[in-house]
Amino acid sequence: MSMDGAEVLSRTVTQDEAAILEAWLASLREGASLQSGRIREAELQTQAKTVFGQLREALEGGLDADGGSFAPLRETLGEISRSRAIQGFTPTDTANFIFALKEPIFESLRRTAGSDASDLAAGIVAVGKMLDRLGLHTMEVFLASREEVIGRQGQEIAELSTPVVRLWDGILALPLIGTLDSARTGVVMENLLQAIVDEEAEIAIIDITGVPTVDTLVAQHLLKTVAAARLMGADCIVSGIRPQIAQTMVHLGVELNVVSKATLADAFAVALKQTGRKVVRQQAAPTVERR
Amino acid sequence: MTISKTETLPVRSGDDVVRVRQRVRALAIEIGLGLVDQTKIVTAASELARNTLDYGKGGDVRAEIVQAGLRKGLRLTFEDQGPGIADIDQAMTDRFTTGGGMGLGLGGAKRLSSEFHIESTPGTGTRVTIARWK
Ligand SMILES: Nc1ncnc2c1ncn2[C@@H]1O[C@H](COP(=O)(O)OP(=O)(O)OP(=O)(O)O)[C@@H](O)[C@H]1O
Ligand SMILES: [Mg+2]
Repeated sequence: MSMDGAEVLSRTVTQDEAAILEAWLASLREGASLQSGRIREAELQTQAKTVFGQLREALEGGLDADGGSFAPLRETLGEISRSRAIQGFTPTDTANFIFALKEPIFESLRRTAGSDASDLAAGIVAVGKMLDRLGLHTMEVFLASREEVIGRQGQEIAELSTPVVRLWDGILALPLIGTLDSARTGVVMENLLQAIVDEEAEIAIIDITGVPTVDTLVAQHLLKTVAAARLMGADCIVSGIRPQIAQTMVHLGVELNVVSKATLADAFAVALKQTGRKVVRQQAAPTVERR
Repeated sequence: MTISKTETLPVRSGDDVVRVRQRVRALAIEIGLGLVDQTKIVTAASELARNTLDYGKGGDVRAEIVQAGLRKGLRLTFEDQGPGIADIDQAMTDRFTTGGGMGLGLGGAKRLSSEFHIESTPGTGTRVTIARWK
């Protein structure tokens, strides 16, 4: 009597476990992941053994890779994918982990199915479908994790890139980097105003060298910040308006109506002057001796 | 005139607006626009994308690389199914805003582009097309 795909597969992975595992690991070892040193041999072995054990148990509940008996296996594969996304594996490498299991199982089916051709065919179709499904699951988790990583990096940049720097007594600088819309602007403005209060600052230099686009929204945010700073008793200087940005602002029709300087250094010089200071050289510049 | 590349991007969130700018920048570089022209079309795109989002209740933008004879250009079409604009002349007027903005987006986008076209039907939606030629 011939058996259905699930039974054939179940029998094969139970009877031939050692051989399949060995062939699978051999194929994984050839993969780029181990070669590049992103993962250690021992770790790979543990992962393979765990997955294989869970696969064997899952098969007792049928072939449906989306079904309940496969839940622990999907969970483990998800975790492996997630960690690979974070470690910077390629999608190919990640998907290959599960796809590399196909060949060894096919081989084993051929060895164990004996003379019954319909058993062999049923087993091969079953394993193909099931591993494809698991491979897709692996990719879905991988992609979702990558997006998460990217999203988090974006947020970290947003939080990191709003420092207020004290240049001198009463002189602050706010170097802006990145896009200014979204939630960032509120944080930026609050940080600056708080620093103006804390430092009793007279002058705040807002440097926009690192802002890629100045549109009406960014301009409006800048104007509001300048106005609020003024209410706190500090004058603003905007620096780092690159030539192409200056030209674009003219076409847009926005005027900042604040002192602006090409570079942060120029703005700092103005700030020192406005606060009654002057930088002087104590000694003549050292002359370079020429031979 | 031939179209050698078309892609459509959603404009449904603030992050989408950032992505639109990045994509427009990449396409502008692809057709060989200089730094000033890149900045102009990216800024115009930023204005129109934000209008699509804020007033049009979201929509999308179609970006096309077009060629007329030896000239290459980048054409962007912003489309939404929002409330539309009853008086286009008024909306185009500098400093006119219904959303507490500077009221410079539409006029600015027109001045920053080589071509500008706006169609809007109240209750149906708005479509703005701009192009920048190399
Ligand atoms: N896609 C749209 N759908 C409906 N109304 C729109 C749309 N785009 C613009 N408008 C209307 O036109 C007005 C002017 O738009 P414009 O972009 O020039 O200024 P703004 O968006 O109000 O301010 P700014 O762009 O300077 O920040 C808007 O306030 C809005 O009433
Ligand atoms: Mg606008």
